[in-house]
Amino acid sequence: MRFRIPGPLRPLTGERAEVTVPSAPATVREALEALWSVHPGVRDRIVNEQGQVRPHVNIFVGVENIRWTGGLSTPVADGNEISIIPAVSGG
Amino acid sequence: MVDTRQVQVRDGDVVLLVGTMKGAFLLRSTPARSRWEMGGPHFPGQAVYALAYDARDGRRRLLAGTGSEHWGATLSTSDDFGRSWTTPETSTLRFPEDTGAALKRIWQILPGRADEPQMIYAGAEPAALFESRDAGASWNLVRGLHDHPHRPRWMPGGGGLCLHTIIPDAAKRDRLFVAISTGGVYRTDDGGASWQARNAGVRADFMPDKHPDFGQCVHKLVQHPARPERLFLQNHGGLYRSDDGGDSWQDIARGVPSDFGFAMAIHPHDPDTVFIVPLESDMFRCTAEGRLRVYRTRDAGGSWEALTRGLPQTSAYETVLRDAMAADASNPAGIHFGTRSGQVWSSANGGASWALAASGLPPVVCVKAFVVGEPGRARGGGAAPARRAAKPGPARTRTRAAARRKSGARRRAATRPRTVARPRASARPRSGARAKKK
Repeated sequence: MRFRIPGPLRPLTGERAEVTVPSAPATVREALEALWSVHPGVRDRIVNEQGQVRPHVNIFVGVENIRWTGGLSTPVADGNEISIIPAVSGG
Repeated sequence: MVDTRQVQVRDGDVVLLVGTMKGAFLLRSTPARSRWEMGGPHFPGQAVYALAYDARDGRRRLLAGTGSEHWGATLSTSDDFGRSWTTPETSTLRFPEDTGAALKRIWQILPGRADEPQMIYAGAEPAALFESRDAGASWNLVRGLHDHPHRPRWMPGGGGLCLHTIIPDAAKRDRLFVAISTGGVYRTDDGGASWQARNAGVRADFMPDKHPDFGQCVHKLVQHPARPERLFLQNHGGLYRSDDGGDSWQDIARGVPSDFGFAMAIHPHDPDTVFIVPLESDMFRCTAEGRLRVYRTRDAGGSWEALTRGLPQTSAYETVLRDAMAADASNPAGIHFGTRSGQVWSSANGGASWALAASGLPPVVCVKAFVVGEPGRARGGGAAPARRAAKPGPARTRTRAAARRKSGARRRAATRPRTVARPRASARPRSGARAKKK
């Protein structure tokens, strides 16, 4: 499972833009748990203390935003790429 | 990449910490406070609602409550006046899972009493009080307040449902005041285990019952350590004084253009002198008549005078928010405030005259002021200064400072493994992402 890490979070992944986790998660939730077992610092940036994805963080499996495909329960398959992308927001 | 300018802070300098909607700035001046040198932006792109200086126990630590719209709210610290910041990878200031709540913003950071040098308080949104008993390494939700039966009925105001002011009582060890918008003033007399609403006499114009027990939209609360039974309160409509520790409140809005406003600061050396910046009304939250006027009382609210020397008196429709005014404890005292239009105004003579210390900044939400090398803490509107008698003498401070300089590098190195230092290296990728934002 491969993750694409946005610039602002790279200080928490040893400056890596891509992180591969050696497991076969069934859902986005399991995939993320695998990610923060390797890089624990990214957890609090992506989800709040209740485990909910922060409102201005988008997570894509391939090109699909998980917001429309089942949230953290969205299934993932081997070979999928998960992208974490900050939303276009602000003023 | 955002270039962050650093300034060299020296002993005796007066420093203003200025939090804005898009980063924090640090202004320094000699004791004359006639010319300000500015560093920043720190945390570019992030809203910095809470800043504090902790000079207790030999520290010279800045604390910043920062909030990224994307990545959430965090607490960062710096022991070198902002050259490097340390942010724990896993947030230490967080709601416990069983509360179902999630931290939205840190509104206030307040180092505790001078003789409790490990104690720090933080006010949060959603409204909650946190305390640290180890100088900020770990934090706990104050359950006594969080479990209060009123809490489910507190309502968010325009700024959100926030606990924005914290006052550890200067005389009674177990007494603490907090102010919540909208919830009102709450007081504990048993160190935080139980809390009572203390709003008798304070109006709530926006409620059918204008004098409820709680639910008032208090904007700022101040206390002077030399007269702790007395408090002053700037309300969302209403200006009040209490002479009995908050048990009852009297209207003191005589001689002001409006009793609406946010900011309030108490004179560091005179418990009868208070500063406010009245705004036209709830409907038009700008300085009345386009005149930027600070109002000062020197008789505990018996009368108010407009302070205008140096401040623009035409076309100045300004807003000064609740945490954007602070006093420094020099003599004469300095009074400083920031506006939503990004100006920072400063008076080095207790408000008699004013000069622009900075302009062109993002909207200012927080200003704290302190003198470097004097034990104490950044003094915001609600942060009353430590008692003079409790302060160690200057000689001791210098000795500690010298010792710290010698061991500074070693100490910093020792802190790093536990935390992520995110100054320059992290600024680069972060700024790239932000370029997409307006």
